[in-house]
Amino acid sequence: MTEPLLKICDLTVAASGKTILNGLNLELPVGEVHALMGPNGSGKSTLAQVLAGRSDYAIVRGTVSYQGRDLLAMPAEERAHAGVFLGFQYPVEIPGVNNVYLLKAALNAQRKARGEPEVDAFEFLGLVREKMKLMRMDESFLNRGVNEGFSGGEKKRNEILQLLVLEPTLAILDETDSGLDIDALKVVADGINTLRRAERSFLLVTHYQRLLNYVQPDRVHVLADGRVVKSGDRTLALELEQRGYDWVRAQAKVA
Amino acid sequence: MSTKPQDLEALVGQKYRHGFVTDIESDTFPPGLDEDVIRALSHKKREPAFMLEWRLKAYRHWLTMQEPRWARVHYNPIDYQAISYYSAPKPKANAPKSLEEVDPKLLETYAKLGIPLHERAKLAGVAVDAVFDSVSVATTFKERLKQAGVIFMPISEAIQQHPDLVEQYLGSVVPHTDNFFASLNSAVFTDGSFVYVPRGVRCPMELSTYFRINAAKTGQFERTLIIADAGSYVSYLEGCTAPMRDENQLHAAVVELVALDDAQIKYATVQNWYPGDEQGRGGIYNFVTKRGDCRGRNSRISWTQVETGSAITWKYPSCILRGENSIGEFYSVAVANNYQQADTGTKMIHIGANTRSTIISKGISAGHGQNTYRGLVKILPSAAGARNFTQCDSLLMGDQCGAHTFPYVEVRNATATAEHEATTSRIGDDQLFYCQQRGLSEEDAVNMIVSGFCKSVFKELPMEFAVEAQNLLSVSLEGAVG
Repeated sequence: MTEPLLKICDLTVAASGKTILNGLNLELPVGEVHALMGPNGSGKSTLAQVLAGRSDYAIVRGTVSYQGRDLLAMPAEERAHAGVFLGFQYPVEIPGVNNVYLLKAALNAQRKARGEPEVDAFEFLGLVREKMKLMRMDESFLNRGVNEGFSGGEKKRNEILQLLVLEPTLAILDETDSGLDIDALKVVADGINTLRRAERSFLLVTHYQRLLNYVQPDRVHVLADGRVVKSGDRTLALELEQRGYDWVRAQAKVA
Repeated sequence: MSTKPQDLEALVGQKYRHGFVTDIESDTFPPGLDEDVIRALSHKKREPAFMLEWRLKAYRHWLTMQEPRWARVHYNPIDYQAISYYSAPKPKANAPKSLEEVDPKLLETYAKLGIPLHERAKLAGVAVDAVFDSVSVATTFKERLKQAGVIFMPISEAIQQHPDLVEQYLGSVVPHTDNFFASLNSAVFTDGSFVYVPRGVRCPMELSTYFRINAAKTGQFERTLIIADAGSYVSYLEGCTAPMRDENQLHAAVVELVALDDAQIKYATVQNWYPGDEQGRGGIYNFVTKRGDCRGRNSRISWTQVETGSAITWKYPSCILRGENSIGEFYSVAVANNYQQADTGTKMIHIGANTRSTIISKGISAGHGQNTYRGLVKILPSAAGARNFTQCDSLLMGDQCGAHTFPYVEVRNATATAEHEATTSRIGDDQLFYCQQRGLSEEDAVNMIVSGFCKSVFKELPMEFAVEAQNLLSVSLEGAVG
């Protein structure tokens, strides 16, 4: 068996003295889509943030290996350069900074770090227009401030637009589906599906199985009390939808 | 945007320590100020009698005045008798002969600011005859201005060559009795710029271009007078994004602008004087009076300033909107980092009917910096239909700095409108993390967020300076977060 793209061992993380992740283990093989589900406060978003390099958390113990590298030792921007992308649950507004300008700077920073030539303005505009069409985004998005005055749905679409342009190796999408109406959900799912490749992996953090109707996961993990308490195939998501989370928790305690 | 791993703040500081400590051989008056000093100064500059009279009037008035204390700045008392009021620098015998002899750190900063190659030598103080490019460039500019009929020369020359214009306009916007620092300036100013744009002429170039290459050493009491005759247009950029060589601590400049019917003046300042070290020692005190008079109908004056230097800034570029339908504008970015103190803003005095003014002020505070916006919008009973829009935004970096806003609004005409908007925000960890997660370094992320914040001001700058100003801001704020 080949080495997984992402391997998390015994990850224990605290914030303000409170343990949030507690001995979490997870493996994400190359080319697979895994869904991470779980009740509120189970640590899903914390895991996403820790993987992306947010520094507000204390790593108590455990390791995370990404492409065989020690992920936790890398600063956030280096992780981005290495192909780790986080689709934010709450994308921030950056007033006055052009949406397309940030995206171009990001793409070129990543290309530069990988020793690839930077794209010029024309090339970039062509690329971004093509992806925007896919996301059914209006041209006016190009020149608006980053997330400035965007509706919740627009912000999420913008995250997927960035995903499409940056083409990461590991995409962690933190509740990208929440707050979307059914049409927007389909657009977002289409965006994700166009990127599914043998060499790209996804970690979809979600509350609901709704998104999984459109993006079919290879595995589903249930997170409770800071660790993975159950894993299964996509039927697990359906079961959770029907039965809730309590039975999984109860099972975990017994075991 | 480039990333430099080393600490540039240290680098900027170093440049000041090593760059300019050599003795300048100069023709200097002993310290002290009295009527004889003023007479001697006026005589040395071969001024006509009216100038000496005016200087003496200003001096006598200044003696009756108190130094203002209302600004939100703190500094030790200034001993006005300890200052030398005349100093004509002679060419330095030991000036660098070529760029190879210039401190490489200084050149590195110029490169980071994007200063064109042919200007770097001049700015670094390389002896003029060793500068191959700029002399010929300057001559070409001079020729073009002459053809257009634009008078642009040091004010000391204008006093001799165009005494009628100087006598008519000097002190007509900022009178010799105006305020403590302006009166002192009127008594002892040594040089500055003079611009006259004749009726109907559109000045054929940004005067900045010329000015920068000629980077005149105007000294600490600088006086500038710009007159735009009916239907004319001029754009002027003062100062430089390059760190300024300067050994005077007190600067008390006066700038007067006069716009006649249908005339327009755009005045931009990019100021990067030595702000003092990280503990706040040293640094320039910049106490400036800048005022524009929209004297004619449909005239328009706009002030754009990017203030990143000086230990203390006390500066309120203002517009007197006298002519009907005249327009005054003020666009400002002020940075206070380390222990810098900035008290700056504007005054818009609406006198004529249907006059309009816009104020956009962006204050950035970092380190222990204290940034104050102080502004007055005054609409007189005669100003029917006058309109003002004010927007004051403050950006905080770190938790030791301060932002303060003191807007004064006086409306005495019921048909007038005044709007005021203000925001205070902080560069958030969330914003930084978002950018870094997309692959930007922390410095690039800070630069991007700050320039987004300043965008509405930068777009008022002449194009080539907008880029430099943006770079300057990133040098000034290097290491301010994290």
